[in-house]
Amino acid sequence: MSKQKDFVKFENVDKSYDGKVLVVKNLQLDIAEGEFITMLGPSGSGKTTCLMMLAGFETPTNGEIYLGGKAISSIPPHKRGIGMVFQNYALFPHMTVYENLAFPLRVRKIPKDEADKKIDKALSMVSLQGFASRMPGQLSGGQQQRVAVARSLVFDPQLVLMDEPLGALDKNLRESMQYEIKHIHESIGVTVVYVTHDQSEALTMSNRIAVFNDGKVQQLSSPDELYEKPVNSFVAEFIGENNTFTGEVSDISGGKCKVKLANAEIMANPISVKSKGERTKVSLRPERALINPKDKMDNIHNGKIEEVIYHGDHTRVRINLLGNSEFILKVPNSSANLDIKLGNEIKIGWNSEDARALDPK
Amino acid sequence: MSSETKQILTTDGIPLEVSLKKAERKNKIKAFLLVAPLLLFLIITYVFPIGDMLLRSVDDKMVTQMLPKTFKAMENWDGQELPEEEVFAAFHEDFLKLVEEKREGKLSTQLNYTKNGFKSIIKKLRRASKKFEEGNYKEQIMSVHKRWADVEYWRAIKRRAPEVTSQKYLKAMDMYKNEDGNIVSVEEDRRIHRVLWLRTLEIAFFVTVFCFLMAYPIAHLLATLPMKYSNLLMICVLLPFWTSLLVRTASWMILLQQQGVVNDFFVWTGLVADDNRPEMMYNKTGSYVAMTQILLPFMVLPLYSVMKTISPSLMRAGKSLGGTPFVAFWKVYFPLTIPGIGAGCLLVFILAIGYYITPALVGGASGTLISNQIAFHMKSTLDWSFASAMGLMLLSGVLVIYWLYNKIVGIDNIKLG
Repeated sequence: MSKQKDFVKFENVDKSYDGKVLVVKNLQLDIAEGEFITMLGPSGSGKTTCLMMLAGFETPTNGEIYLGGKAISSIPPHKRGIGMVFQNYALFPHMTVYENLAFPLRVRKIPKDEADKKIDKALSMVSLQGFASRMPGQLSGGQQQRVAVARSLVFDPQLVLMDEPLGALDKNLRESMQYEIKHIHESIGVTVVYVTHDQSEALTMSNRIAVFNDGKVQQLSSPDELYEKPVNSFVAEFIGENNTFTGEVSDISGGKCKVKLANAEIMANPISVKSKGERTKVSLRPERALINPKDKMDNIHNGKIEEVIYHGDHTRVRINLLGNSEFILKVPNSSANLDIKLGNEIKIGWNSEDARALDPK
Repeated sequence: MSSETKQILTTDGIPLEVSLKKAERKNKIKAFLLVAPLLLFLIITYVFPIGDMLLRSVDDKMVTQMLPKTFKAMENWDGQELPEEEVFAAFHEDFLKLVEEKREGKLSTQLNYTKNGFKSIIKKLRRASKKFEEGNYKEQIMSVHKRWADVEYWRAIKRRAPEVTSQKYLKAMDMYKNEDGNIVSVEEDRRIHRVLWLRTLEIAFFVTVFCFLMAYPIAHLLATLPMKYSNLLMICVLLPFWTSLLVRTASWMILLQQQGVVNDFFVWTGLVADDNRPEMMYNKTGSYVAMTQILLPFMVLPLYSVMKTISPSLMRAGKSLGGTPFVAFWKVYFPLTIPGIGAGCLLVFILAIGYYITPALVGGASGTLISNQIAFHMKSTLDWSFASAMGLMLLSGVLVIYWLYNKIVGIDNIKLG
């Protein structure tokens, strides 16, 4: 089975509800067959709108969406054959679990014995055998969510959309459901488009993540790349924790640049700055900065500890560094870092490679 | 239970269980006292009148009390041939007492209900009884009029002996007990009540259907439109509620009469000829139109309150799973609105079945309902026991419908808002 590279394709898609504001702007997005792709972004960033356009509940104002090479804008939702999991499960409350799962099969006129087999398979996939005759109201939130997942998969769709499916669950359940959905995806190889505003969910589950903001995809890449190599300051700040320095490029040469801050100068990796004199925001992940570095690093500065917060496996240290009093460090608790006491002056070092000079925003 | 349970005591040594119960009893009494005025109100305005109605509708003590000795003497009479002298003597004695109290007129009216022809012979008997001699009353009474010698009339008197009667109920069904004690229907051309009952059911049923057909889309619109529009629409639905029923009915009279607005419009558009204006009032059409409009909010509101709770994602789920919009509606949305449909239909049907003012004003002869008949007997003929009987039949009809509904849909399924 050859996998299609652009199984789902958004081509120059615009969407506006009121004719004034574009909630989705000129969207270009290719999704490969069998991929788990997550649309991540703050609320109002247009990610759910994209999903609804794909499902057929909204029509694009401009542009076209292709599914398996076919334009689908004029196909009504019920003919698209796309499975969907809704935010509040949307299980039919007047039907049993069995009837809920049988619904998509019945409308497709699949014979009963074949349908029963499919339902059994789908229920065992989400480990809910024996719950077929329950009503949705008799199930816990996690179980309802599993039924919703099973229902979206029972008719073997080519594509499954999930709209913040875990939003209503508590933290532990959410985490175990994340793995469960991920394993289901791996075992049956269906294409999944997943929408969430929870970045850790996106990072754990996806093959690729599309970060949405302001109706645009800011960055589309694998989770590690997204975290390690954000292309702009929105992504850097939205994904994970981030320390920033705002300043002006004073020199740029040989893949490095000097950034002049209010009262100091740091070395950084020029990502979106091209020339001297540009304003920039330098982004540095907390775990990339070290205390009392032994290696030779091209940035070593002194800072004063302002706050120490114990987190069990690590300690968060807030430091006033180079005029930024919100500089965060994560120190693993295994190492005997005895200098970490409130008010101490310590040395902080990092490589210029990890300090990414991005747009000033 | 392996663990030993030890009695828990409060600080003052009383078992906790006892003092808890004491505290709870106090609360219960307080709660009861709070609802007591309402309870009393309900008993006075609801339970008592209905009970009184029930008694009144079967009450037939009047004749029993007027002729106590006669009925006592009649106990041994088999009703085959004319009664013995002792019955006549007892009747004479009772009758003299009634004449003395000037109540023999009432007796004649009552007996006339049972059999025609009593009025004149009682008058004659009163006049003749002044010259009666002691003894042999049988001969003397029979000689007053030949009907007094007819066994039928004596049987008619005996039929009034029991203190309770189902006569009013039979009358409401156009039936009566004939001389042999069998229940038979009255002649075809005198059956008025059965037609009324059937018409009441028919109009109530169709009004419910019309209300449902009109209210369902309105309620759906109300539940799905954005707030600013749905509020306006809601006011439009509720506006008639805030207007007097009489005013609304009167405005329908203005609209529907032959020289009215609707007819003028039809003539103007050329739909009907000016000299052939359809009658839309003082018949069933009038009742249908006005009652449907007036009862519409009672259908819209329960439907709306149910539809409001149905998440729009359910319809979307239905469609995304492959159901056409119709299938998604019919299999997903519609079943979820059944509690609202049930509540609305029950409400409208029960209100319609007892509707009074509107059919009285716009119904004319062919559009009046059983309740108009009840009012007629309450106000005009003053036959309250008959009115009570019909009222109770209406009430039990409603209860039967309620019971049926409970059997079919389940009453806890109902949702009024």
